[in-house]
Amino acid sequence: MVTARTDETDEKAATPGTAVTAREVAETVTDPELPMLTLADLGVLREVTESADGVTVSITPTYSGCPAMDTMRDDLVHALRRAGFERVEVRTVLQPPWSTDWITERGRRRLAEAGIAPPGAAPQRGGGPVPVQLVPPQRRVSCPQCGAVDTEAVSEFGPTACKALRRCPACAEPFEHVKEI
Amino acid sequence: MAFDNAYEALADAHDDARWAFGTGFDNPLSGVDTTVPSGVDGEDLAQYCLMLGDDALVLSHRLQQWCTRAPELEDEVAIANIGLDLLGQARLLLARTGRADGSGRGEDHYAYFRGEHEFRNVRLAEREHADFAQLVATVLVLTTWRLAVFQRLQASADPVLAAIAQKGVNELTYHRDYAAQWVVRLGDGTETSHARTVAAFDEVWPLVAELFEPHDVERRLDGVAVDPAEVRAEFDDVLAQVLSAATLETPVVPAKAGVAGGKGRNGRHTEQMGYLLAELQSVARAYPEATW
Repeated sequence: MVTARTDETDEKAATPGTAVTAREVAETVTDPELPMLTLADLGVLREVTESADGVTVSITPTYSGCPAMDTMRDDLVHALRRAGFERVEVRTVLQPPWSTDWITERGRRRLAEAGIAPPGAAPQRGGGPVPVQLVPPQRRVSCPQCGAVDTEAVSEFGPTACKALRRCPACAEPFEHVKEI
Repeated sequence: MAFDNAYEALADAHDDARWAFGTGFDNPLSGVDTTVPSGVDGEDLAQYCLMLGDDALVLSHRLQQWCTRAPELEDEVAIANIGLDLLGQARLLLARTGRADGSGRGEDHYAYFRGEHEFRNVRLAEREHADFAQLVATVLVLTTWRLAVFQRLQASADPVLAAIAQKGVNELTYHRDYAAQWVVRLGDGTETSHARTVAAFDEVWPLVAELFEPHDVERRLDGVAVDPAEVRAEFDDVLAQVLSAATLETPVVPAKAGVAGGKGRNGRHTEQMGYLLAELQSVARAYPEATW
């Protein structure tokens, strides 16, 4: 095993363009639906390991029905192959489930710059029954356009599974909000 | 650059053969360790995943039928999102079925190539929604029940099922709140909306008792499955909160009987199920190898 690993390192060093690590390459791949974010910024990229058998990348879905998973997988394989990593395996990990708390600071900044309000802290749940909300929860979400603090919820469901719709009474602009999960 | 057809142009832009989301759907459990835990009967586990998967698949299909028919754009989007989450849960569970029963069959086999008597969903999931009040009443009942089951399932002895449940809990919480808030708004709304919501719960309620009747598979899978009878009290508590805020009473209507002793979990369905499956399956059956 040790020998095989050394061989691969030598081979990589000898090929221009493969001096970067697989992790560095994987970290450049962006989300297909939120292209201002990398998969790493979104917290979807869980692990990248390099071994003699190739590169293994672990990703986790944001929502069970996230239709972008296949595209993410393709984009990762593509980017890594282009960088000289021939054998790439992309694995799905389901546990622990994705949380918006995993979106990085840079990711939050980029969302806001693109006019999408970043999420607040995800709800913490104890072991008991989940309480039902009979009125829409009051969230403090600032308007990404004008910065006004008081904005209104329009719908908890938006154009993608991870976003809610809101509107700002101050500047009258509608906007999207990555909802806490 | 000139192309003979539009698809070629799109493929070129992506520099591979892919041109849109949804092409070549992959195994949603790829890379997940799907070994059946020791001491667990694989066939029973498969049947249980099928039950939970079919509930989600069939309800998702009913929600998809609201596309272009919802009362407002925001609700159109919400219903489609809930349908998509449920479809995702169904994909994971049906893929889990194919691993647990040892057949290695993919999710498409279970969704498209089973007959009506092989579907294991509860009958409420297949029930048509004649109006928006019936939609929100159905979604409230089914998501309250499913959320309570999934919450307990997070401690399942099958780690795959536990992981699917853990993701599902977060999603179902949003679904249930959506339905609950609409029930309150309609029930405590105008005279007409109140009357129609009362009528909707009267239609839905005969199929509620069935949700809490344990199947033999659930009884046998001690520690893996959740006994649905266990979640009745929690369900009643949530429904009482919502109905009271909506100025509605719990309906008093007899439960719908089964056929020859069987209900949804035994593959005995209502007349509406055949039409639903025809719509769901006809394209896949007419063109079994088609990809798009």
